[in-house]
Amino acid sequence: MTLVLERPAAARTRPRRVVIGFAVAVALLVLSIIASLVVGSREIALGTVFDALINPDRARTDHAVILDLRIPRTVVGMLAGLALGLAGALMQGVTRNPLADPGLLGVNAGASLFVVAGIAWFGVTSSLGYVWFAFAGAAVAATIVYLIGSLGREGATPVKLALAGTALTAAFTSLITIVLLADTGAFDRYRFWAAGSLVARDLDAALPLVPFILAGAILAIVAARMLNALALGDDLARGLGQNLITARIICLGAIVLLCGSATAMAGPIVFVGLAVPHIARWITGPDYRLIIAFSALFGPTLLVAADVLGRVIARPGEIEAGLVVAFLGAPVLIALVRRVKLAGL
Amino acid sequence: MPAVTDRPAGAAASVVKVDAAALAHARAGRNRRERYIVLGLIGALLTVAALSLAIGAYSLSVPDLLRTLAGQGSGSENFIVLSLRLPRLTLAVLVGVAFAISGALFQTVLRNPLASPDIIGVTGGASAAAVFGMLILGFGSLGTSLAAFAGAIIVACAIYLLAWRSGVVGYRFVLIGVGVAFMVQGLLGYLLSRAELNDAQGALLWLVGSVSGARWPSIAVVAVVLIVLLPVIRLADGRLRALQLGDDLARSLGVGAERTRLVLLVIAVALTATATAAVGPLAFVAFVAAPIARRALGTGGVALIPTALVGALITTVADFTAQHLLPGQLELPAGIITGAIGAPYLLWLLATSNTTGKGA
Repeated sequence: MTLVLERPAAARTRPRRVVIGFAVAVALLVLSIIASLVVGSREIALGTVFDALINPDRARTDHAVILDLRIPRTVVGMLAGLALGLAGALMQGVTRNPLADPGLLGVNAGASLFVVAGIAWFGVTSSLGYVWFAFAGAAVAATIVYLIGSLGREGATPVKLALAGTALTAAFTSLITIVLLADTGAFDRYRFWAAGSLVARDLDAALPLVPFILAGAILAIVAARMLNALALGDDLARGLGQNLITARIICLGAIVLLCGSATAMAGPIVFVGLAVPHIARWITGPDYRLIIAFSALFGPTLLVAADVLGRVIARPGEIEAGLVVAFLGAPVLIALVRRVKLAGL
Repeated sequence: MPAVTDRPAGAAASVVKVDAAALAHARAGRNRRERYIVLGLIGALLTVAALSLAIGAYSLSVPDLLRTLAGQGSGSENFIVLSLRLPRLTLAVLVGVAFAISGALFQTVLRNPLASPDIIGVTGGASAAAVFGMLILGFGSLGTSLAAFAGAIIVACAIYLLAWRSGVVGYRFVLIGVGVAFMVQGLLGYLLSRAELNDAQGALLWLVGSVSGARWPSIAVVAVVLIVLLPVIRLADGRLRALQLGDDLARSLGVGAERTRLVLLVIAVALTATATAAVGPLAFVAFVAAPIARRALGTGGVALIPTALVGALITTVADFTAQHLLPGQLELPAGIITGAIGAPYLLWLLATSNTTGKGA
């Protein structure tokens, strides 16, 4: 049964393109990480960076900048980018909608609503405090969307999931706005959280989320094969012996873990989850095992690179990664959509 | 043959061996149902209109209201009803119609239920331009409206040109639209996070959308745009139905797909731009009106009149609720309610649907 499943996908992948693409993706990731450590309002030579990594000496300002500012934001950027890239690929696979992204299933809105409630009513001010509110909000939103999307006769069909997510986003956005209009102080803190900055993200707040991201990544790998079956359409997938409900629940579980962690760490960052799977699919073709692997490489690259670019273009200030990524990513997506006939979903 | 009525118009046409009498019977049944629903919607709209005009800090009885509307009211009644409540109600109805029709056109022409102007960045373009005008250039309300109108038009043109590759295909247009939407959202986030807190909160209020500032000149603009454009859509109704069958089939029916799409999209953008300029981006009306109308009718086709009525009903109910939800003189902007009531209603539709799960 699995052979029947794999063959058409394998026949359409392009081995050479995949190998070269993989090498380029790894190189880009390494480059963006190095750039993230070197580039900033304070110029630090590459040698000093390595020195700081090997013989950390916090008394030296350069070392302190590397260790306390640049490494945390790079690590947070990588983790959040990884999570968003994987989540985006899973979402597009499970909803079979090329527009799927954490914004679409209501996950960002749920996280934002809970963070706003935390700021306005529970007096939360630290990123460590935002984390668990965002995580809970993402989980609640995704659960509601899945339950409502699956209420009809034939369960959670892709279009119903997407529409339910959009509807929930609209409702939650209204609630967020009510709170923000009434509470000026909350609006002030919220607008910076919502811009999606990697600055001043605390490693202490990010590291507890690593197990969740790992669990989500493992589920994503498990789900890849199922997504290949789902891509053939519900009827054919069922005919091939794929349990649709199991596949959808595994995917949604992974999406909640990944999106919740990413939003908790870095704010409601849009676009990474949308653009990354498209870029991956352009290289790999329709095989979800490869799409997921490439998304895991491109996600961190995109977010970290956006963060670096945000530091360069507005010197000596900087622009939040979440804002840059929209400006950086949108033209890439548009060019991609124009250039190629996107592989069907 | 009641089963035929549940299918989209195209499916009915493709059933070859249906005897003509049964088909005519089915069609008559559908028309009857559409008539009842239209009448029901009009009744609901009139009820909400009467409530909005009569109830408030100074409430009128029904005879008093009718007398005032006929021009026989006392001075204070005339002022409250004709100068305060009527403009607001009229504007709510007009923008409801404009948003609803615009969303229906986008969703039908691009054949994607997610393709409403708020998702593909047209409304977002208006918002970004308006907030830019407000926060950076210090525009007043007229300048802000003009900026919003221009923003919507510019963004829509950009999407169309970027999506053009010897023709415009639905998914490419939508995908590029979403990319553009993210860009304008990024711009909005930048503007809001860099502005003075008070100015930013003013911009946030505009971004919610409200009909409370209704004035006759802006109402006249929206009304003129609707009066000019609605007959054109009515004329293009047949082409719209043909377009739903797919480009090839439409062409074989003598409908030039590309030109029809362009004309309908221009109309849709003009409607959204006008409505957004008048009241701000009222959340969700464009997205939700057409699916609700379609579900109520039980057809797969486009139903412009029911859609327009649903849109008007959503905005009027939202504005009425916004005025009276909170005790005292506190008043919410209507956009908060359209989002908050539109969404659960769509969710309910999804949950109770037992059709093919197409959602919209």
